[in-house]
Amino acid sequence: MIEIKNLVVQIEDNRILNGLDLKVADGEVAAIMGPNGSGKSTLSYVIAGKEDYEVLDGEVLLDGENILEMDAAERAAAGVFLAFQYPLEIPGVGTMTFLKAALNAQRKARGEEPLSTPELIKRVNAAGEVLEIKRDFLKRALNVGFSGGEKKRMEILQMALLEPRFCILDETDSGLDIDALRIVSDGVNKLRDPGRSFLVITHYQRLLNHIVPDTVHVMSAGRIVKSGGKELALELEANGYADYRQLAAE
Amino acid sequence: MPAVQDTIDRVKLIDVDQYKYGFETEIEMEKPAIGLTEDTVRYISDRKNEPAWLLEWRLDAYKRWLTMREPDWSRVDYPGIKYDEIYYYAAPKANAGPMSLDDIDPEILKTYEKLGIPLREVEALEGVQTRSNIAVDAVFDSVSVATTFKAELAKAGVLFMPISEAVHEHPELVQKYLGSVVPATDNFFATLNSAVFSDGSFVYIPPGVRCPMELSTYFRINERNTGQFERTLIIADKGSYVSYLEGCTAPRRDENQLHAAVVELVTLDDAEIKYSTVQNWFPGDAEGKGGIYNFVTKRGDCRGKNSIITWTQVETGSAITWKYPSCILRGDGSRGEFYSIAISNGKQQVDSGTKMIHLGKNTTSRVISKGIAAGRSDNTYRGLISAHRRATNARNFTNCDSLLIGDQCGAHTVPYLESNNASAVFEHEATTSKISDDQKFYCMQRGLGEEEAVALIVNGFVKDVLQQLPMEFAVEAQKLISISLEGSVG
Amino acid sequence: MAEITQIRTAAETGLAALFERLKGGLPGDVAVREAALSGFATMGLPHRRVEEFKYTDLRALMRDAAHPAEAPSPDETTKAFAEAKAFAEIDAARLTFVNGHRAPHSSELPAGIEVVTMPDAMASGHPLLGFLNAVAIARGNPIYDLNTAFLADGVVIRVPAGLAVERPIHLRFLAAASAPFSTATRILVIVEEGASLTLLESHEGRDGVAYQPNDVIEFVVGDRAKVAHLRLNAEGSESLALSTVTAKLGAEVVFNSLNVVVGGAASRHQVFATFAGEGTNARIDGANMLKGRQHSDATLVVDHAVPHCTSREMFKSVLDDSSVGVFQGKIIVRPYAQKTDGAMKSNALLLGEGATMNNKPELEIFADDVVCGHGATCGALDADLLFYLKSRGLPQALAQSLLIQAFLGEAVESVEHEGARESLIGVIEGWLAARG
Repeated sequence: MIEIKNLVVQIEDNRILNGLDLKVADGEVAAIMGPNGSGKSTLSYVIAGKEDYEVLDGEVLLDGENILEMDAAERAAAGVFLAFQYPLEIPGVGTMTFLKAALNAQRKARGEEPLSTPELIKRVNAAGEVLEIKRDFLKRALNVGFSGGEKKRMEILQMALLEPRFCILDETDSGLDIDALRIVSDGVNKLRDPGRSFLVITHYQRLLNHIVPDTVHVMSAGRIVKSGGKELALELEANGYADYRQLAAE
Repeated sequence: MPAVQDTIDRVKLIDVDQYKYGFETEIEMEKPAIGLTEDTVRYISDRKNEPAWLLEWRLDAYKRWLTMREPDWSRVDYPGIKYDEIYYYAAPKANAGPMSLDDIDPEILKTYEKLGIPLREVEALEGVQTRSNIAVDAVFDSVSVATTFKAELAKAGVLFMPISEAVHEHPELVQKYLGSVVPATDNFFATLNSAVFSDGSFVYIPPGVRCPMELSTYFRINERNTGQFERTLIIADKGSYVSYLEGCTAPRRDENQLHAAVVELVTLDDAEIKYSTVQNWFPGDAEGKGGIYNFVTKRGDCRGKNSIITWTQVETGSAITWKYPSCILRGDGSRGEFYSIAISNGKQQVDSGTKMIHLGKNTTSRVISKGIAAGRSDNTYRGLISAHRRATNARNFTNCDSLLIGDQCGAHTVPYLESNNASAVFEHEATTSKISDDQKFYCMQRGLGEEEAVALIVNGFVKDVLQQLPMEFAVEAQKLISISLEGSVG
Repeated sequence: MAEITQIRTAAETGLAALFERLKGGLPGDVAVREAALSGFATMGLPHRRVEEFKYTDLRALMRDAAHPAEAPSPDETTKAFAEAKAFAEIDAARLTFVNGHRAPHSSELPAGIEVVTMPDAMASGHPLLGFLNAVAIARGNPIYDLNTAFLADGVVIRVPAGLAVERPIHLRFLAAASAPFSTATRILVIVEEGASLTLLESHEGRDGVAYQPNDVIEFVVGDRAKVAHLRLNAEGSESLALSTVTAKLGAEVVFNSLNVVVGGAASRHQVFATFAGEGTNARIDGANMLKGRQHSDATLVVDHAVPHCTSREMFKSVLDDSSVGVFQGKIIVRPYAQKTDGAMKSNALLLGEGATMNNKPELEIFADDVVCGHGATCGALDADLLFYLKSRGLPQALAQSLLIQAFLGEAVESVEHEGARESLIGVIEGWLAARG
């Protein structure tokens, strides 16, 4: 599915990623954990194609194809989805308008026919039900006036609708209370599929009780410093990141 | 809330008389003939024993000035200044520039004592615990009478002296920078100043030096019918830093007096100047009689990359204030800031603001202006933000808020925002409101008098700006704000 | 203080000569016209040293004084009617002007409305003309005064008290001539107590013809009346379009005026609104979409002369290529106009490298118990929002269009008349589509 080789990235002369290597197989749920400032969010932005970052070296291969030359929209059409840590509010753009524009742009890029509006509404409503999103939310401007939890649920709704192959969840648990966390996690778990992989970025272990990962990677100073199974997350919870800062420094 | 209690206590300390700096000092003065001619310019230059180039510069400015018209675009209204009824120079007799404190006329020393300005190096600002020493240049009418801490500053390589002295001691610096930010032809009042400027401070901070103490100049107009035309020049060389404070007072008089100063700031690469002013010239009485006409040109040139100039001003005095401290953001990555509190009461007229001219790439600016109008005054914020073609990624944030106290005054906002670069981002917001009755009632219900309540709320309104002032000045300024608003309610 | 300037540009000499030649043949009292031109006689055309024209130098923009057009031939009129597209899909009573001349109207006007042609009214000294020039802050404005001096055609519309006009009136201004010409039209709209009216106004013209329209519309709105005014400037590519709206608003009035600009080489739209009665709510909006080297100026003065009124102004500018946008807005709150609530916003999006925006939002406040504010922003499209949209699969151009549309949408979403709103959204979409 996705393979990252020796990724070196800087922003305004600050080196953030330092030769990062990572593989996520088809159907795998991989978690990345690490202290603040270790480069987790940068990694998610670089995969999704944010322009502020300078890639000095390395490759990001999606099914063997390097996506670094594509712009963000092309990557999305290729199946990359980023659930933002801080989803943006877009005043004046209706949620349905946005969902329709996004879905049909991706379909068009893949050479598919646009979806009819009734079909779209059906799909959106179905996804909304799972995520307990009230219908009148869909009538508002995108994310405007939504609470933190509502925004996160809207991200997962988009994920469900757009059916990406590779999903990045950037600190999706931040700002969620326990009920919202459960709803969001259920939404994600429903989307688990042999043909779809996930990269779950989180600072805390608690999200991983709900979305149980196949593999856990520890990131520090812009590199993956340790990889293991789901038990690694528990170990981190108990011992903290201090040892890994040491590892990264070496 | 301890901060609030602190404010209340301070408000209680306010003196009863409104303008406590309105006394006069009896002293023998030396003056040229009244009015302005070429001879006046030669007289001033001669008194200061100036080199030929400077006399030429003054005379050119004088000739230019004769062809210029007084600007009329601002929102101030006054009967017109009679330029031939002003003395353009006045110096305490027997004074040929600064000297040791023992030689200064004891009357002058007493004056500064009354004003709370420490000319003896051990003293501190009146009633305030100072954490650090402040070097003071005291300008009395047209001349500098004393400059403190010169020796200590010299150790750090900092030059701090009257500009009349710098002309002789550092002619290469003065000649290089004088008029390089505010050219002699800049505007009517700046050109007048260039012809007849008398004294003012000169500061040079050498590369990499962080000035070891705050520098300050204290301006006092004393003599009747005299204009004050000081000129300040501050140069912060590469990687240096200085914080400079300016204070001003004048006696209460029935007639208006003209103050037309020029301040030029230059920062080279990575240098920073913080320039703070507490302007408390005599504002005139409640009926608008007397007071200073304050027409001042202040401009900073961020000439070097990543350099910073910050203007902070608390304007409570003057019958008319016409001043727009500005920043030319020439160096890439340079930054300009303007923080202002302008209070008008009685029949004062304020037309003040700033200009942020973005020329270089990645330049940023921030403007916070708080205008408070009371009595029958008019208070105008006038500001220009511009981004030129080359100013890629320029950023400005402007916030100007006005507060009205009473229904006889006016508060006006006239911002100009000119963007010629698509990547420049400007954000401007302005509000006008009055002190909420609910807030006032709440304070009064807790036992504050109405004026105290108003002072308290106003202090909250201006807090963002007060925080920018060095601590000693902030306390003074806070007191001043309360005094300025006395008689504005009820 | 007035500075005496010699009349010197070709346009200034031309205008003065034109007036001398035409004045004998124009309807009404020539003394009124001469008085209106007296400012021009001493000052000439306003230029950048005149504060109100700092960003729109009319002396530089108007190179020649174009002669008023002859009345169009029936063929020309028919052709112009056929080409008119603005608001065409809306069911409305239409009054059409071709090259500044009123064309025989084809549609029935709503019952109860009184319409008198301006030349007839002026020739007969019609009593309704007492409502002309009702807004003091407009008097002395050079563009308004030029219109008064040269006023050649127009209509007076009176909506009697209590009449709610369901079907909009559509004023159509079509420029059909192929040689340069000027117009000076004046519409006077009197909406009496408790009446309501939706007025559509569109201006369309041929590209490539340097014509100079100067149109004025004056509203006198009675107590508790309701007026929606929607104006579209789709003038030709070489036109210099000057326009003025004045509004005198009674008590508890609801008044909305929106101007959407896509046309004209250079245009200046002025609004002068005065609150004359308490409890009134006015909304003055604008949307400018400019490209190439277009220049568009929106200048407005809102005069709160009485207490308890609310005004909202929102201007949106989208500037592509090397276009220039100007916004000058002034809220005046007079003494005793307590409890005024005024908020003015100007937002500009600079899309083109060479684009320029000049913003001057002013507050002039003499009463203390008021809530007034203004905000102005300018900048490029938000990079984070663009990235968010692109990360969902929207290509760059589509993501940009969506954001621009949302940005402009704020200015048109308050339009109550559904057909007109759809029509204006169509104009926005058309502009974006042409942008590619």
